[in-house]
Amino acid sequence: MRDDLVLSVRDLSVTVHSDDGPAKILDHVNLELRRGEIMGVAGESGCGKSTLIRSILGILPHGAHSVTGEIQFCGENLLSMPQRRLEREIRGAAIGFIPQDPYLALNPVFTVGDQLLEILRWHGMPGESSDRRYTRSVRARHRERIIELLDAVQVPDARNALDRYPHEFSGGQRQRLLIAGAIACQPQIILADEPTTALDVTTQLQILKLLKELAARFDVSMLLVTHDFGVIGQLSDRVTIMYAGQTAEYGPTGEIINDPRHPYTQMLIRCHPDRSDELIGIPGQVPVPVSPPSGCRFHPRCPAALDICSAARPPLLYGEADRQAVACVLYSEIVS
Amino acid sequence: MIGFLLRRLVMVVPALFGLLVVMFLLVRIVPADPAAVLAGDNATVAQIEQIRQTLGLDRPLYEQFWLYLTQVLQGDFGTSLYSSRPIGADIALRLGATIELTLVSLVFATAVGMVLGVLAAVRRNSLIDYVLRFISVGGLALASFWIAIMLQLLLSMHLGWLPLRGRLPASLPAPPHFTGLYLVDSLLVGRLDIFVASLSHIVLPAFTLSLAGLAAIVRFTRSSVVETMQNDFVAYERAVGYPQRRIIMPYVLRSSLITPITQVGLMFGSLISGAVAIEAIFDWPGLGFYLVQAILSSDYKAILAVTLVIGVIYAFVNIVVDVIHGLVDPRISQKG
Amino acid sequence: MLILRRFLRDVPAVIGALIVLTLVIVAIFAPYIAPRLAEAFDSNLMMRLKPPSADYPFGTDGLGRDILSRVILGTRPALAASLIVVLGAMVIGIPLGLIAGYRDGWVSETIMRVTDVFLAVPQLVLALAMAQILSGGIWSAILALALTYWPFFTRTVYSETRRVRSALFIDALESLGASRLRILTLHVMPNVAAPVIVRATAGMGFTILTLAVLGFLGVGAAPPDPDWGLTIAESRQYLPQSWWYATFPGLAIFIVVLGFSFLGDGLRDLVDPRLRRSR
Repeated sequence: MRDDLVLSVRDLSVTVHSDDGPAKILDHVNLELRRGEIMGVAGESGCGKSTLIRSILGILPHGAHSVTGEIQFCGENLLSMPQRRLEREIRGAAIGFIPQDPYLALNPVFTVGDQLLEILRWHGMPGESSDRRYTRSVRARHRERIIELLDAVQVPDARNALDRYPHEFSGGQRQRLLIAGAIACQPQIILADEPTTALDVTTQLQILKLLKELAARFDVSMLLVTHDFGVIGQLSDRVTIMYAGQTAEYGPTGEIINDPRHPYTQMLIRCHPDRSDELIGIPGQVPVPVSPPSGCRFHPRCPAALDICSAARPPLLYGEADRQAVACVLYSEIVS
Repeated sequence: MIGFLLRRLVMVVPALFGLLVVMFLLVRIVPADPAAVLAGDNATVAQIEQIRQTLGLDRPLYEQFWLYLTQVLQGDFGTSLYSSRPIGADIALRLGATIELTLVSLVFATAVGMVLGVLAAVRRNSLIDYVLRFISVGGLALASFWIAIMLQLLLSMHLGWLPLRGRLPASLPAPPHFTGLYLVDSLLVGRLDIFVASLSHIVLPAFTLSLAGLAAIVRFTRSSVVETMQNDFVAYERAVGYPQRRIIMPYVLRSSLITPITQVGLMFGSLISGAVAIEAIFDWPGLGFYLVQAILSSDYKAILAVTLVIGVIYAFVNIVVDVIHGLVDPRISQKG
Repeated sequence: MLILRRFLRDVPAVIGALIVLTLVIVAIFAPYIAPRLAEAFDSNLMMRLKPPSADYPFGTDGLGRDILSRVILGTRPALAASLIVVLGAMVIGIPLGLIAGYRDGWVSETIMRVTDVFLAVPQLVLALAMAQILSGGIWSAILALALTYWPFFTRTVYSETRRVRSALFIDALESLGASRLRILTLHVMPNVAAPVIVRATAGMGFTILTLAVLGFLGVGAAPPDPDWGLTIAESRQYLPQSWWYATFPGLAIFIVVLGFSFLGDGLRDLVDPRLRRSR
């Protein structure tokens, strides 16, 4: 693993064994996150973005599934790390997490303070060992730390906010609380799962601004999952496009937005309202993972599909210096 | 809270009044002439007529009803046709026994049922879950009077571990009457021997009586915990590294035990029903046993009185459950 | 067909269905299945209280009758009586629920307040009191149970009807001039049918159980009926020696009620997958 990489996902496949047969939710996904960068992951719903995040955190839902490939983080493969260590050292500690829906992510019958303190309680404050006794004074120190964080994410009246229940906050404020939870233990990476989808437009902008600020201030890399190219354009340095559990394309944000290669990327970008006056959608739907189309999974919806597209899966072809890559037969020449 | 209580009372009083009307009419219209029943097989017409007059059965129906209603409101249920004692006093004497039996069953069923329900939910689809699920359906399918007899046969008659019937052995006096619950009263006067004896007497009837409720509580708790665990906030708590056992206790439990608590009210109904047969089998001198005796001796006034008293207790318990529900859930109590 | 396949995958539901099916067949052909039909009713004091043996697999009772044959014959009153109770409760409860759910105002209010009256006391207690007042015997028990069970159907149908009514299409139909009766029978009833069937199936089991309690307490079936609850009551005077006397009728009740519960749960899962137990 190169020095500047904090996270490297290699050939990650997740297969769920359902009643109707095995379903490949993720199929040989590759992804690299460098120190200090924000990487956007885009695609329609059902493309496996959330599964990617859950695999990294090791919280795939219980039940029959198998995971292959590797997830390298700080020199260790998270997939072979025991659950106890993941729980103690990774989740919420070295890897922070911002959930999709701030209205549902907080437990309604506990105060905000209880829930945020719980994170520090099990991982310890930065520079503090995590297996110390949880005394009154430790808790008081954690409380002060949380109040500082709430100030940092601009929650008004931080001191009293801790003793209130989630339903007393607005959606935007709840998302700020959750962001505070994500940075509480000074993580190396933050995984953000559609952090603004559930919010109204003005709040979205504020939250995005806050995220960008915090990423720079706390020197943290971020994996930002979204289906909104507006968010990606504002925030991320690089983008990975996923379709039906596979990587379709990746590259620097500017190049992908201005010069998308994969037909799917082209259509995704065209769907964004800022990019055109008319409302455009992509005809058809993301295939169900139990019975994906043969060959390139996008070919049934692809306007540029050729005969060979249904025959074989196009490999991910890398451009100059691995800066970008695309999995589409139309671009076989860019390798050579 | 007071407004809420008043509203509940407004709902309950007409229902109880309606019950009184229905039962009163049934007693007066349907059955064989109560006067004839009381007079016995060899009575002459004149004797029956005289009894009819002393009981006021010759007056118009509405007059009889009015008379009965005013008496009932003063706590006077009339005289038992069978024992010639005031029914109100008989019921008061037996109330403690039934309350003690149902309370012990309720506490046992709730405590054990919730623990088992949580266990089944946490170990979902494991062997223990399947066993508990079978028990939770099977417990409701068991005829409690049958299982009572079977346990009597095994534990009392064959093994001699537990007493067969009654609340206390003949050798011990009943403790002085404070609450009517022997377990409490014996401790209040410091008679440990009476406490132990009454405990050994209540084990079998209370356990038998609790089975149906236990099954129901296991079932509701399991499904409620399972449902709560599907919530986004549980996924969030996992994603930020709360330890598994902390997610269950207290985070999932506090929100998922609300549903089973509301079911306790319904369960109390089945406990009272079950107590009728159980008390008859164990010669437990409570309301159920009294009802059976009244039925076997065609003591209509007593039947009517017991039905009404059980209705009042039932309504009271349900209101208490509603109040507890409001206290447990901050979202309800804060709405006022 | 998809529904049938989903049902067949639910093992407890299939077991329940098999139990219920067996019960129905046994009840219909009981006189032919019972191995000692004559000895089911005729007392034979020479054969009193014999423990289970090859000749009498369930033993004999206090009058020397064959318990196995009596348990088999007992399927008939159990099934028939609970069927009458549940159907009776449906006949009273469903129309009232439809009316209360579909109309507003005092009619609806009155119906629901009347259900409150019947739900103010646990069903068994009320049924017990009523059965005695109605002078006892199996028909009194049936009548009392039906009279105390209907409010459960009314409640179910009421809330379902409310739900269907608040869906837009009823308003649309009314504005198109469809008659009330037509809307109720063609559009509301099919929506209400599923939860009612689920409730009726589970209700069959609980009614068998309740009838057994009434029989046990002496306000249901009367001797010499082969009623299960009554048999268990009769057995008590022969304890602890004749353990088999109460054991087998009790097991019969358990298995039958379990069958209806499993079946009812399976049907409910089909109707409302959200509540699925297996989740």
